[in-house]
Amino acid sequence: MKHRTFFWFILPSALAMLLFIALPIVSVAIQSLYIEHEKVMVTVESCGPFGCSKDTHVDAEKTLALQRAEPLGRFNGLGTYLNRSHLAVGEIGAILASNSGPADIVARIYALPLYRALAFTLAYCILVTPLAMILGFFIALGINGLPHLVKGPAIFLSLLPMIITPLVGALIIYWMIDSNGIIGANLQALFHDPNLYLKASPVLTWVVLIVYGIWTNAPFSFVVFYAGLQMVPHDTLESAMVDGASRWERIHFVVIPSLAPLATFVALVQLMDNFRVFEPIVGFNASANASSLSSAIFDDLHGQNAQLFGSAAATSMLTIIGVVILLTPVLIRTWREFSRKGA
Amino acid sequence: MQKRPLPLSILASVFIIVWLIAAAFPFLWTVWGSFKVEADFFSRLSWWNAITGPATQQQTGASFTGAGYYGAWVTNNFWRSVINTVLVTVFVTIISLTFGTLGGYALARSGQRYSFWILIIALIFRAMPHITLVSGYLLPFFQLNIWGYLPTAIIVLVAINQPFTLWMLHSFFLSIPKDLDESAMVDGCTRFEAFRRVVIPVMWPGVITTGLFSFLLGYNDFAVTAMLLSQDNQTMIPKIQSFMSSIYQSGNVMYAVAAVVSATVPLFILVLFFQRQIVSGLTAGAVKG
Repeated sequence: MKHRTFFWFILPSALAMLLFIALPIVSVAIQSLYIEHEKVMVTVESCGPFGCSKDTHVDAEKTLALQRAEPLGRFNGLGTYLNRSHLAVGEIGAILASNSGPADIVARIYALPLYRALAFTLAYCILVTPLAMILGFFIALGINGLPHLVKGPAIFLSLLPMIITPLVGALIIYWMIDSNGIIGANLQALFHDPNLYLKASPVLTWVVLIVYGIWTNAPFSFVVFYAGLQMVPHDTLESAMVDGASRWERIHFVVIPSLAPLATFVALVQLMDNFRVFEPIVGFNASANASSLSSAIFDDLHGQNAQLFGSAAATSMLTIIGVVILLTPVLIRTWREFSRKGA
Repeated sequence: MQKRPLPLSILASVFIIVWLIAAAFPFLWTVWGSFKVEADFFSRLSWWNAITGPATQQQTGASFTGAGYYGAWVTNNFWRSVINTVLVTVFVTIISLTFGTLGGYALARSGQRYSFWILIIALIFRAMPHITLVSGYLLPFFQLNIWGYLPTAIIVLVAINQPFTLWMLHSFFLSIPKDLDESAMVDGCTRFEAFRRVVIPVMWPGVITTGLFSFLLGYNDFAVTAMLLSQDNQTMIPKIQSFMSSIYQSGNVMYAVAAVVSATVPLFILVLFFQRQIVSGLTAGAVKG
């Protein structure tokens, strides 16, 4: 294809990505170096019958004018990155300098907002991705063994948790685990503990979010593995059977190796999606007990009175760096394959 | 194949039944409960009340009530969000597919090095959490005075959707033989004419599959629509979220339940009709990529 033709064909798509993905990243990078203006304060002396008093208050008009003139705010350099809500360099130094053992270090670092969000995001990625893949694999094996007639409906039902709007799915489960909802109430009855409340403690909230994550992630693995099972070489399976391989040995030595490339793909896609876990935290109203990188950005932006653009931008930049680190192995591999092909 | 031994086959059946209940029961339960009053759906006494509905009988005189739906759709103007959602999803799907087919076709037919790099950059863009991009939009959009309008959200969603659309359609066009359009060009067509007359007629299966996922992205989005749309222009999902914050005070959770069910039903219908395309779309990336 000629370069010129290629250019016109790709133009709309490239322009859209340039304007609304690449430029915003630049915009985020610039915003992260700025911080909101300080409020303009005025001191007014008001005199009444009982003498004079000095009163300091915010000059709303001047503050607004300043915001209009310089919407980005004041230049702050890397200050936002280093402050307590982000990398908290000073606080970390202080914690490492004086502490009472590793448990104390962990607890105090976890109290810092960014590390709290990072901890949950990573825990979510690390737990949900493999567990959902394992569950999906067994669902695929199970449904593959079903009689032909019920396969279609079974696949239909299995797709639902994935296709559902993340926020809506989270709300549906949230209502069920409410202490008056069906799951919450029955768990209380089961454990004879009227105070058992799945939304109450950080640990239980994490468990609920991770189980929810597995529930929504498993169908994707299931679909891909199910398609993969249809393509497992029949001859190899039969010859393994002739050689006397047991059912488990056949799964272990024939089925799993032939699904391995698919598993890499599923893991990559799920990891990318899980790294931006966000809606469940809003849906479960869980921000008190768990926050992710995405939900931390959302909270900064969602404040009705003061939107903390600088803070949100700094967290965004750190998140983007995280994404790039996560993708590096994939990119290196793709590049190697490509240059091998080119050579 | 050799028959499964009995214990294994029982174990497998039980496992699948448990999974299917886990997958589907929450939806059935919520759809059923949306026709009850709050005292039944969130019953303090027994969850069985949500099934029989004594309080619903008492308060409304029937075992089912549409009060939640009336409250959501009429009193709280949910119908407006539904219209907004329809506009957003329809336009996001159409524009995404138009841009995506052109770009995907070009990427599939150009053997150049730069087309590889475009795909790699698209992969990185695909991994960007949407909310990080949103924090980049807000200030510029305020400045340009385009914040809050539907077209803004639509074009942003199209852009966010492009990386995925490009990858899907690129791999789909690779499966259409090159000879098809090249022979048309030998016969004197330009590249675009060949695309229009020869490729477009055979591309529909891939486009429909990709379109389903574009639709889902527009429909399911929360981060972009919640942050970039003004109150009046909100689509269903952010609207439901704003219900949640305001409704607990007034005690009308059932409005939100009804709204949630209303937003779920179209997805059910979609899966019902397009199950095969969704499955093939999900696997296409895996098998080819």
